[in-house]
Amino acid sequence: MKKKNIAALLMAGAMCLSLFAGCTKSDSQESATPSGTDSNVSSSSTAAQFKIGFIGPLTGDTAIYGTNARNGAQIAVDEINALGGDIQFELNPQDDENKAERSVNAYNTLKDWGMQMLVGTVTTTPALSVAPLAHTDRIFTLTPSASSTDVVDGKDNVYQVCFTDPNQGFRSAQYIDENMDVSKIAIIYKNDDNYSTGIYESFKGEADKRGMEIVYTGTFTTDTQNDFAVQVAAAQSAGADLVYLPIYYTPASVILTQANQVGYKPVFFGVDGMDGILTSEGFDPALAEGVMLLSPFAADATDELTVNFVTEYQKRHGQLPNQFAADGYDAVYILYKALTEAGCTPDMTAEEINNALIGAMPTISVDGLTGQNMTWAENGTVNKDPRAIIIKDGVYTTPES
Amino acid sequence: MKTLKKTTKVNLATYLGVILAFTCVTVAKGTGLLSNSMNSWLVPICCYIVMAISLNLTVGISGELSLGHAGFMSVGAFSGVVTAMSLQQAIPFSPLRLAVSMIVGAALAAVVGLIVGIPVLRLRGDYLAIVTLAFGEIIKQLINCLLVGWDSRGLHFAFNLDGTQTISSLGLEEGGIAIIKGAQGATGTVTLSSFTAGFVLVMLTLFIVLNLIQSRTGRAIMAIRDNRIAAESVGLNITKYKLTAFVTSAALAGAAGALYGLNYSNLSSSIFDFNTSILILVFVVLGGLGNIWGSIVATVVLYILPEALREFRDYRMLLYAIVLILVMLVTNSPQVKAILGHIKGKGAKSHG
Amino acid sequence: MEFLNNLIIGVSLGSIYAIIALGYTMVYGIAKMLNFAHGDVIMVGGYISFCTTFYLDMPVWLSVLAAVAVCTVLGVVIEGLAYRPLRQATSLAVLITAIGVSYFLQNTAMLIWSPTPKFYTAVVSGSLSLLGGQLQVSYVSILTVAVCLLIMVVLTLFISKSKLGKAMRACSEDKGAAQLMGINVNRTISITFAIGSALAAIAGVLLCSYTPQLSPTTGTQPGIKAFTAAVFGGIGSIPGAFLGGLLLGIIESLAKAYLSTNLASAIVFAVLILVLLFRPSGLLGKYVPEKV
Repeated sequence: MKKKNIAALLMAGAMCLSLFAGCTKSDSQESATPSGTDSNVSSSSTAAQFKIGFIGPLTGDTAIYGTNARNGAQIAVDEINALGGDIQFELNPQDDENKAERSVNAYNTLKDWGMQMLVGTVTTTPALSVAPLAHTDRIFTLTPSASSTDVVDGKDNVYQVCFTDPNQGFRSAQYIDENMDVSKIAIIYKNDDNYSTGIYESFKGEADKRGMEIVYTGTFTTDTQNDFAVQVAAAQSAGADLVYLPIYYTPASVILTQANQVGYKPVFFGVDGMDGILTSEGFDPALAEGVMLLSPFAADATDELTVNFVTEYQKRHGQLPNQFAADGYDAVYILYKALTEAGCTPDMTAEEINNALIGAMPTISVDGLTGQNMTWAENGTVNKDPRAIIIKDGVYTTPES
Repeated sequence: MKTLKKTTKVNLATYLGVILAFTCVTVAKGTGLLSNSMNSWLVPICCYIVMAISLNLTVGISGELSLGHAGFMSVGAFSGVVTAMSLQQAIPFSPLRLAVSMIVGAALAAVVGLIVGIPVLRLRGDYLAIVTLAFGEIIKQLINCLLVGWDSRGLHFAFNLDGTQTISSLGLEEGGIAIIKGAQGATGTVTLSSFTAGFVLVMLTLFIVLNLIQSRTGRAIMAIRDNRIAAESVGLNITKYKLTAFVTSAALAGAAGALYGLNYSNLSSSIFDFNTSILILVFVVLGGLGNIWGSIVATVVLYILPEALREFRDYRMLLYAIVLILVMLVTNSPQVKAILGHIKGKGAKSHG
Repeated sequence: MEFLNNLIIGVSLGSIYAIIALGYTMVYGIAKMLNFAHGDVIMVGGYISFCTTFYLDMPVWLSVLAAVAVCTVLGVVIEGLAYRPLRQATSLAVLITAIGVSYFLQNTAMLIWSPTPKFYTAVVSGSLSLLGGQLQVSYVSILTVAVCLLIMVVLTLFISKSKLGKAMRACSEDKGAAQLMGINVNRTISITFAIGSALAAIAGVLLCSYTPQLSPTTGTQPGIKAFTAAVFGGIGSIPGAFLGGLLLGIIESLAKAYLSTNLASAIVFAVLILVLLFRPSGLLGKYVPEKV
């Protein structure tokens, strides 16, 4: 019994020591921040810079969204800094693993760093925790891809680059009804996810209004997202010829595989979360042949902006960027435009910048990767058009009409 | 001081230590020494301390391995959130509302603890462990199906069995609020928790648990842990004593859950999963089974460590795993003990 | 028809649970410990098979062999390093150590293979069309059920007929007496772990063929379910594990299809608790009265 205590004491002691090491470290980091010599972040010029915080999942199941958005944002920051104008940016990306608690911690870390604006969070669930904080703290927030209306609702300083969930669901129903020849629709969605539920509700509302026939609705949760045999069988026996999947690509790819195993071949229709399916390791792209999705960005577009971005992204990261990379890239350029418009300078406080940007956002119009003439309503939502994308021969392409 | 027993001294030192820590942190907070991120750790740390102490009561003092402790936290968290949100107008004074929520959370968790405990405590050892795990999962999934809303007519509940109902199925009046949206959890909660509330809860927990251990009941519980058959043969009511420990532990976890739930504006039931139960178990095991102040120290250290060393967080769980295995080996294996004893003997000799 | 379809899904899922449960049950029967890390050995098996086919272009049968070999060694090493020193310790200590090992494997896998899921290409593809195309049975399901039956038969014969099997049964009855009869208890337990882990590797390949996503936590849920199945059927009993696995798979898929997809696992666990309340040692388990 005594020995046990001693062992526990030693252990605790050792950990306390390492804790102190940790504390002193964060202390020194803090004191160093005001002078602007933080070594964690690449600072290319000595001129005053705007400090942009970035929060997204850089590890975990949804890491592909966070890393893509960060890479896209970094390219935009580097391009703007290379222009050498008055506006110079410094980007500090923090990981939230797509978890609310981690995200709040990341937000506080960024606040300690002296963040003046936030690009984040990339995913919806953490955004619901972080956006209210940014609203109270008066830090201007532009989320690249957190698409729930709850993210922007009632917060005058939170804006979105992506279109909202209801908008996606509505547009999907509209597109299917007007452009596709299907009669019976099945839906499989994830009911512990705000993003998925949000799209499902508006899709269902619009589909009912248009008299489209939904023959099966299946659900799943995080715990049950690797086996869909039952849901696939149900959709098949209900005779659905289109399966709507308002979910992320990881569960979607399981659905595609299991449907293929039992020889079920309907049209699969996804949303922006389906992006990324082609780059997952070990996934046979043939399974995704003919999958359709709504997305504001296609890497095969031929306009100069897209071509330049895709080339640069491939040069840096060796793969094609997805929609989230484009969202991240656009987010930085939108801030650039709004800051120029409002005449902000880096020595302004976060709150001054916040107030200036709230004034500027509804007045600007931006041509970006994810849309031409993007404009914003005062409630924070964006106005732009999604386009339909179809997967053909293993690449995202624009369907021929 | 000589007249005091050793355990009494240790207990007094534990109380004093907690009070001292609270004072230091409050002063540091007042003078602005704490960064924003450190500030955000305070309430979760208090919650986890209470969780660890209460689990220690089940695992260390009563000797029953429970793998579903986070389930009680979850019950407390969601009932606490519902209480706080629906009493917004009835009790405008927020500390009182927080206290009421914590009491409701504790009471509900105690009821669930009783329901779970009566059948479960008839089982032993590994079977008990797996059944508590099962209960933890069941609680999580049930909350996933729960829809709760509030309007002027009172609370509305719905059970979303097939997954197709939404908050609109509750038929709330104009101005009603959706408190729990099924699997998406509670969103838009008005946060109430404060470090002071956390401190009070920790002190209260210490008071309850330390007194329970030293009482007649506590001695009976430990006697049952050490030798069930012998304890039964001297006439101790096994079920009653085991149940006392289990329900107390559940109630405290419920109060901690309520504090935790009211610290974040959104909360989903998926965070109270098996991994959280294990995390708390790790706190208890590393602090020493049955050692209350050990649980406190282990919780604080193990919570801050990964946050302070964010860049090493990939290795955090790996480190936990290795430490967990090593501690079990060091404290339980005769061979390793013999080797350690050998080294110690040698060390003593060379010193002498 | 739909019911039949769901029944088939349940049987093939149940067969996977049964193979995993066999591993749990053998180890429990002989070493009297719950090997919580068993589910994670499955995950390692899946990754080895994935890597050998995806990166090294090995044929499928060779990759399965590689997975079996690696997992067998892994099982023996885990037993020797983490569990053997605790043979005299309380079951609480052993269980916590096993949880530690489980976390260790998961997090090591996370560092090696990253948490981003990988997609496993099934060892066989396509499906069998029955009743004029009304019923589609995938070859993966057929293979799973066949492998499960084969393992079950071989294992039963091995335990009841071979010398080693007899030694295992002797150890399970009374370790001290077995030792006095000249049986090397440690070696017997090691071999049990080897067999259990080899089964885990096979289960890993079949599991990943059935649910193609592979991540460091892939083994956790099936591991817990299979563990439930083993307890359900009576832990320590080989036919019990088989029966428990099958029943659990069928209950789960029928609950998913007809009651609630949200509550399917909760229903499975509730059934377990009910069974344990009325038969504390499971469906086919032996009740051993405690001696003073």
